[in-house]
Amino acid sequence: MKITEKEVRHVAELANLALTEEEVQRMVRDLDGILEHMDKLNELDTSGVEPMAQYLADSGPFDTLREDAAGQSFSSETALANAPLSGSGHFKVPKVIER
Amino acid sequence: MDVRQLTISAIRDGLRARRFSAAELAAEALRFAAAENPGTNAYLRLCEERAFTQARRVDQQLAAGEEPGALAGVPVGVKDVIVTKDITTTCGSKMLENFVPPYDATAVERLEAAGGLIVGKANCDEFAMGSSNENSAFGSVKNPVAPDRVPGGSSGGSAACVAQGTAVVSLGSDTGGSIRQPASFCGVVGVTPTYGRVSRYGLVAFASSLDHIGPFARNVDDAAALLGVIAGRDPRDATSADVPVPDYRAAAREEIKGLRVGLPKEYLEGLEGDTRAQIEKGVAKLRELGCEIVDVSLPYTEYAIACYYIICTAEASANLARYDGVRYTMRSPRARTLAEMYRLTRDEGFGAEVKRRIMLGTYVLSSGYYDAYYLKAQRVRTLIARDFAQAFEQVDALAAPVSPFPAFRLGEKLDDPLQMYLSDIYTITGSLAGIPCMSVPCGTTKEGLPVGMQILTKHFDEAGMFRIAGAFERAGGFAV
Repeated sequence: MKITEKEVRHVAELANLALTEEEVQRMVRDLDGILEHMDKLNELDTSGVEPMAQYLADSGPFDTLREDAAGQSFSSETALANAPLSGSGHFKVPKVIER
Repeated sequence: MDVRQLTISAIRDGLRARRFSAAELAAEALRFAAAENPGTNAYLRLCEERAFTQARRVDQQLAAGEEPGALAGVPVGVKDVIVTKDITTTCGSKMLENFVPPYDATAVERLEAAGGLIVGKANCDEFAMGSSNENSAFGSVKNPVAPDRVPGGSSGGSAACVAQGTAVVSLGSDTGGSIRQPASFCGVVGVTPTYGRVSRYGLVAFASSLDHIGPFARNVDDAAALLGVIAGRDPRDATSADVPVPDYRAAAREEIKGLRVGLPKEYLEGLEGDTRAQIEKGVAKLRELGCEIVDVSLPYTEYAIACYYIICTAEASANLARYDGVRYTMRSPRARTLAEMYRLTRDEGFGAEVKRRIMLGTYVLSSGYYDAYYLKAQRVRTLIARDFAQAFEQVDALAAPVSPFPAFRLGEKLDDPLQMYLSDIYTITGSLAGIPCMSVPCGTTKEGLPVGMQILTKHFDEAGMFRIAGAFERAGGFAV
């Protein structure tokens, strides 16, 4: 086994996913098979190989940075338009700190 | 007018000769799309108002004798992971069922500035995660060529709307094959440009180091025209490259005699049946056209699936953390505390495949596993990119299959995620390296299912890719 039920529950906690009992069981099975396949990378000796984060075109280090100038941005009304709950120009969430 | 037959240049001629107006074109495309959609589910939403407003603008420009742009009057489908101002953009997810973006993606802005008419938002796998379009929260898409089959994924709707003819071209997104594979399944052209060629501003993020926007079309000239419009530096996407955009349509008209085309032996080893036979016919056609066919080796290919699914899930787990019940429309009504708001919203909003990838990504990034999985995968990514760099020292382009098999039946592969992942083998290598790749039609299987041939070139050499694709098409390669 590459991953246990206990680990799946722990990872779900980290990922903020409330999985149902059925989902946990299915996840153990699916992740186990996939992680087994991923072990294939251990066949390779990659010492001395630089990691590649993404492809970047050859250019100067600052070529893709813009001028540090203020531009137009959304009004708070527009920015809040998709909020499930908002008020007084803020996103509203359940109470975090008890009085 | 038959919108199924229209091309970008035919529309241009028709508008100039006053055979039809842009408004008539929009009406006909929308009528046809509305009639077809109950059968295929290619669109999640039609954009009547937006298309007509654009069409009127194009007609006014024409009446005033102005140049209306390279895509004037062209009906376009846009994958629903690309944001459109004031038009609901769902990403195929229940999580964003009611999300109305306050801005347009740069690619959308550019195609409309060039006169394109957005007909509708195309169905796709949830957050572009999938290879069959069966992971859409709003129902799967049927392949217009064979209705009992999948259209491929994740840009299944974008491929289907072009194949059925309700749009002349469309925009899709590709992270590991999500443009090329559905293009091959539906028998159309699909282009994944170089990483950085097209701005991703307004493309909802899945795996940021791998996400691309690219065109679908029924012919090479239309694909080249659309890419020409959307390509180029955009200050709003720091990964978009400041590299000149050549005339792709002109490149597609050039001859290819004397070009060296590599055939990666690792891609043909496991390839069987009709797909293999069609790729061999396609390569024979290139040889007939005067290309020198050279055997090349990409030895790290067998590690690509593992490498890709570590990197893309890790990045997805980070990118999808933003759907937390605070900002994006959905919040679980069952949530009483902050922790419940996060967890229940995500449990109710995400589908099975998205959860699987978030879990996998969180696992490979978690304490103690980062070096063993994520960093290891990034090192292997270097080796895969080096494979291509070495191959391009010997050849001008590579020819390869797109998928190991043609469109499969709806439901056939749903129960085994690993098998679904393994079918991406020929497309994810190019994605990891960030090189341009495209799928062109290459005949059909005995059952009549389309097969796609992939053409790959070096970074920013989309022109070289279109050159080969154009010559292949003119020589009848699409129907070998």
